[in-house]
Amino acid sequence: MDKTVNQKAWFLVLPVLILVAFSAVIPLMTVVNYSIQDAFAGEFYPLDDKLMWFRELLEDDRMWNALRRQAIFSATILAIEIPLGVFVALHMPKRGVWASVCLVLMSLPLLIPWNVVGTIWQIFGRVDIGLLGYTLDAVGVDYNYTQDALDAWVTLIVMDVWHWTSLVALLAYAGLQSIPDAYYQAAKIDQASRWAVFRYIELPKMMGVLMIAILLRFMDSFMIYTEPFVVTGGGPGNATTFLSIDLVKMALGQFDLGPAAAFSIMYFLVILLISWVFYTVMVNLDKREGN
Amino acid sequence: MAWMAWTWPTAIFFLTIAGLLITFTILALKFPETPRVGVLRIETTRGDRLFITLLGSAFINLAWLGLVGANQPYALIVCLIYAAAVFRWV
Repeated sequence: MDKTVNQKAWFLVLPVLILVAFSAVIPLMTVVNYSIQDAFAGEFYPLDDKLMWFRELLEDDRMWNALRRQAIFSATILAIEIPLGVFVALHMPKRGVWASVCLVLMSLPLLIPWNVVGTIWQIFGRVDIGLLGYTLDAVGVDYNYTQDALDAWVTLIVMDVWHWTSLVALLAYAGLQSIPDAYYQAAKIDQASRWAVFRYIELPKMMGVLMIAILLRFMDSFMIYTEPFVVTGGGPGNATTFLSIDLVKMALGQFDLGPAAAFSIMYFLVILLISWVFYTVMVNLDKREGN
Repeated sequence: MAWMAWTWPTAIFFLTIAGLLITFTILALKFPETPRVGVLRIETTRGDRLFITLLGSAFINLAWLGLVGANQPYALIVCLIYAAAVFRWV
């Protein structure tokens, strides 16, 4: 069947274009403008060295340290959440009442707003009144997330795993559900081991949704702000000051709009690069599956 | 527009990008894009290669600023070489 080609259809995209212009393009342009000027008392003054803020940030350890902490955080939670999510999905009931019960229970953490999750864990981990902190203290573990950097890290990572593993599990579960029974029957005839079934049937079929899960979890964790802000506030010291926490400190705490704008642009470029890589890999996986 | 704190350098920067986008749109209309597979072993169209060029150029400029730290305009020469390479081989 021939499809009608009508280029006027492009005008239907116009509302989205206008929306994106207001929510993304114009603010981004403004940030670029700010990044080469010095803001003082609501006025902007030109810099002698236009690239001064970029130069300062690239030479200073502050942004690199935040980037390093951010990379470690994202890598850690991905290394935990993806295998754990797949493991959970593999062991969820395939059909029946329990499947629904599991799905509802799994999705509960996803429904809780970020700042509430932060507050829950902030209280949960407290040594004086929190269940977790109090119990750990009672059994003799020296745990205090407000004073010990490692404890703060463990708390944040466990919190993120608690909050988001369900997302990975639900996506993986959806991927598993779409595998026809014929594959499993064929594997049974060949007497394939459990590992072989996972490696050659389930994993390839889940690859598409897993890439989406990795992308979503990576982006979310790379831009994480609310939860660590509520739980540790970036502390102790700067131990959990991730990129967006550092950026907000710079932009709103110190009111250094110029350097913060330069910081934002570099942050944005890193995110754009990684998203593009993920997107390209995803599209190419789809194409290979199609062939 | 005052709140956007426009300056001439940034205005020229965005006009250049807008100009590139318009040019490539017209090119795409006149000479329809055909995807091809290059050294990255991914299918790219002319527009994809423009995106790769622009994103790469941003990193080249940052790397130049961080590693060399002077004569920033020369980074643009590296960008042009990079652009030619992308459009030829990617």
